[in-house]
Amino acid sequence: MIGSRLTAFWALVRRLSGDDAYERYLRHHAQAHPHEAVPGRKEFFKREQERKWDGVRRCC
Amino acid sequence: MGSSISRRMAWLAVAVTGAGAVGGIALNRGESINALWFVAAAACVYTLAYRFYSAWIAARVLVLDETRATPAERLDNGRDFVPTNRWVVFGHHFAAIAGPGPLIGPTLAAQFGYLPGTLWILIGAVLGGCVQDMTIMFFSTRRDGRSLGQMARDELGPVGGAAALTGTLMIMVILIAVLGLVVVNAMKHSPWATATVAATIPIAVLVGVYMRNIRPGRVLEGSLIGLALLLFAVAGGGWIDHSETLRPLFDQEGLTLAWFVIGYGFLAAILPVWLLLAPRDYLSTFMKLGTIFLLAVAIVLLRPEIRMPALTQFTDGSGPIFGGKLFPFVFITIACGAVSGFHSLISSGTTPKLLANERDIRMIGYGGMVLESFVAIMAMIAATVLDPGVFFAINSPAGVVGKEAADAVAKISAWGFPVTVEQMQFLAREMGEKTLFARTGGAPSLAVGMASIFGSAFGDGLLALWYHFAIMFEAVFILTTLDAGTRVGRFMLQDFLGNFSPRLGQTSWYPSVLLTSGAIVAAWGYFLYIGVIDPNGGVNILWPLFGISNQMLAAVALSVATGILVKSGKLRHAWIAGVPLAWLAAVTTTAAYEKIMSADVRIGFFAAANDLAAKLAAGSLPPGKAAVAPQLIFNQQLDAWLTLFFVVVLWVVIFDMLRVCARHLQGKPVQPLTESPHEPSRLVELWVRD
Repeated sequence: MIGSRLTAFWALVRRLSGDDAYERYLRHHAQAHPHEAVPGRKEFFKREQERKWDGVRRCC
Repeated sequence: MGSSISRRMAWLAVAVTGAGAVGGIALNRGESINALWFVAAAACVYTLAYRFYSAWIAARVLVLDETRATPAERLDNGRDFVPTNRWVVFGHHFAAIAGPGPLIGPTLAAQFGYLPGTLWILIGAVLGGCVQDMTIMFFSTRRDGRSLGQMARDELGPVGGAAALTGTLMIMVILIAVLGLVVVNAMKHSPWATATVAATIPIAVLVGVYMRNIRPGRVLEGSLIGLALLLFAVAGGGWIDHSETLRPLFDQEGLTLAWFVIGYGFLAAILPVWLLLAPRDYLSTFMKLGTIFLLAVAIVLLRPEIRMPALTQFTDGSGPIFGGKLFPFVFITIACGAVSGFHSLISSGTTPKLLANERDIRMIGYGGMVLESFVAIMAMIAATVLDPGVFFAINSPAGVVGKEAADAVAKISAWGFPVTVEQMQFLAREMGEKTLFARTGGAPSLAVGMASIFGSAFGDGLLALWYHFAIMFEAVFILTTLDAGTRVGRFMLQDFLGNFSPRLGQTSWYPSVLLTSGAIVAAWGYFLYIGVIDPNGGVNILWPLFGISNQMLAAVALSVATGILVKSGKLRHAWIAGVPLAWLAAVTTTAAYEKIMSADVRIGFFAAANDLAAKLAAGSLPPGKAAVAPQLIFNQQLDAWLTLFFVVVLWVVIFDMLRVCARHLQGKPVQPLTESPHEPSRLVELWVRD
């Protein structure tokens, strides 16, 4: 019971921080484009950071 | 039936408690009042507004449709369009909207006493800011997550679109300048603060390299290492402060530090994001959420007494921190925390792409702003738990109270806020600073307030550490805003220049990157430079300018919202955006009028310029001041024109919106609504099936 709560909490923390972004992307990729090559973790991280910061992301 | 009655009784109890707490705050004229009253009043006002007003807007005005597929579902690409759990979206949205603004504004506005700022934060948020964020988020969600600028162009026309874009660019420049000034003032002649803030840069780079090369994408690991290093840097700053050889290296004049901040801003804008900007943002987000949570816990545990009176004599416009009467200046000074136009840029474009269901808009749009408003209330508490004498000694610029400590305490004590030189020296020593006189900008006084709250709640011996922790916490996310803002400004400029030269519009062409980054940095660097050489501290000029520009952007957002409501046949309910719009228009216009026309040199830009020019001509200025006077005169005139520009843009957008509404109501053709067609959501049934 406590174990499953902790697992859920840890999943939430990873999700909130973006720690699991690559795993989520892999799942999406496998489903949406199963026959295309997947970018590596490093490449994905760099590309995502660049995409993320090309608009207004932080406020006053 | 029984449960319905007991539920009603519970809500009645909330309403009565809320009314009692707000009344208690408003009518208290005793020596002091407990901070718990503020927390109680805020909690009740927010709960009631969220439960009833936001529910009514969601159900009756916007008519959120939970069966309709959101852009995240329809356009899911696994990256920016992703249907996401609403608590996760709430976390992202809150981390994005809550910056240094709600901490600084209330601190400065505390010069009027605790009451005006507190009431404006509560009322402005639930009737204005929350509504703006929620409606803009809804309209953007119905339009594939388009940005505010695009919506303004599509729904009102090219004039509205251009106004939104220029507004965004200008606000960015002013915001970065004033935030840069806040950091510079916090580091000025403070080796400990300077060393700690400087250390955050290599720490961010280290974390960036870790996340990119050593353990790619391991955001949590990298952030934890970074956070440990940041705490170590706070302690290490103290060590540097005590070292005879290292101390002078970090003991710098404001102007030198300003040049460092400008150079840093340029570097951060041209370096790859993964190296500095992204890791710094991870650190600042964790730091921000952690500290805000800690502050809330400390306030509830400690229940400090508020020492500032409800109202001070400075409501008449003679305040030392910034000149100007209670109306309209309290409403300009506190933008973030009550209504912030900047939020509409996050509420459109960014957050809507993550929403899994339209019904989450109420919690994330309205609720997110409620939480930010609560941060502003805590900042107000942290500013007003200080002795008023100490508060004014820290925040009054030398140009107003005098350079010598004895002059300053005499003047502040004469206002009826007793303070002594010994008291200030003792406090400075406890905080590990050389002096706390004239440390304008709000950050040092907030840090003293936070340190005293944390110190009493979690152990008194570490005041200096808590103080520099608070300074580091503010500096870290101010610098994030500075990096991110410069970058966005650069993209906007490149986008604009691309109309004339496609080459310049390429965001990856390095000469264009250098040129446009340089232009944006030069723009805010100019205002930062002037702010630093201004003997009156600069904040008194820049913060109102920032407030006016931010409220102007809010007015653009609310105009878009009002226009769409009217065009959607919801004229009867368009007041939910129209009333805050009218209030902001009145406040911003009055403030702008006074900043331009007032004959009081502490308020009117032209008056100040003319006064200084006359003194310069008469030769009555001391040599140091005479040398910078021409630049100050030019700047005051420039600020006046800038204010005029903001207010013109504001009214152009309002009239454009009124024109569109009038045409629509007369049955004449207008830009059609650009809402995406209804597609049923499949997520609901998928969840059921799974």
